[in-house]
Amino acid sequence: MVSGNSASSSSLSMKSDEDIVNNNNNLRVLVVDDSPMIRKLHDMYLKKFGLKVQVAENGKQAVDLFHFGASFDLILMDKEMPIMDGEEATKELRTMGVTSMIVGVTSLDSPNEKQAFMEAGLDYFFTKPLTTDNISFILQELNKKNNKN
Amino acid sequence: MERNPMRRQLQTMRKSLFDQGHLDEQFVQLEELQDDANPNFVEEVVTLYYRDSARIILNIEQALERKPFDFNKLDAYMHQFKGSSSSIGAKKVKAESTVFREYCRSRNGEGCMRSFQQLKKEYATLRRKLEAYFQVARQAGPMETACRPK
Repeated sequence: MVSGNSASSSSLSMKSDEDIVNNNNNLRVLVVDDSPMIRKLHDMYLKKFGLKVQVAENGKQAVDLFHFGASFDLILMDKEMPIMDGEEATKELRTMGVTSMIVGVTSLDSPNEKQAFMEAGLDYFFTKPLTTDNISFILQELNKKNNKN
Repeated sequence: MERNPMRRQLQTMRKSLFDQGHLDEQFVQLEELQDDANPNFVEEVVTLYYRDSARIILNIEQALERKPFDFNKLDAYMHQFKGSSSSIGAKKVKAESTVFREYCRSRNGEGCMRSFQQLKKEYATLRRKLEAYFQVARQAGPMETACRPK
């Protein structure tokens, strides 16, 4: 399991944009965050990569989506949220048998809290805000994972 | 060299925001996400930031009125505020948030209060400058590409 923090970004070149978008057209992402600003920001980042994005305002909404039969390739999970936080939601999803890639995205700075969040079942962890480099990395790993299955 | 005087003014304002340390690289990332389909994306995100941050500032103000200080709560609020501010590249505001959190950790109430006053000043300054910037941006029309500060 890998953790990362905000890396310096690189612009998407015109030539690679089309390739990236075409490769990601079938990938569905769930952004789970109680901040409307973060939801908007991550939604935009992900759409630039050609991903289909849905948002949830807290962990419970995310879990309910799966209970009702939704499925996602990737979940971006905030930690601190009302009603159900990211750690609890991640544990719940893994207990339900959800095998989607779950990436924690939070501004946590305590190593113990980060560790606990990872142990809840995350695949990766990044510090907010996400950058295009972070998303590129996540998508590379997601494509590797999908190619193995 | 930008010929349109309004755009030149906009570029000058933008450069000043970076040169004076109000904004960092994260703001450039926001600009790079803006496109023809979402021409006001940056301003929309910043507006959401104002809403988020106003609520958190109020929470901190109320918490500072209660004695003794709940430093854990104050730290948690400021942690949220710092995260929000980082997302738009609010460099000075983010720096002052860190100072405040250090005072929380050392249980220094006076330090917290001083730091919070300074933070509110930095926030108000940034907000004023960004509001002026976006007002000019709307008049100038869409910019072609985001350019990184030198």
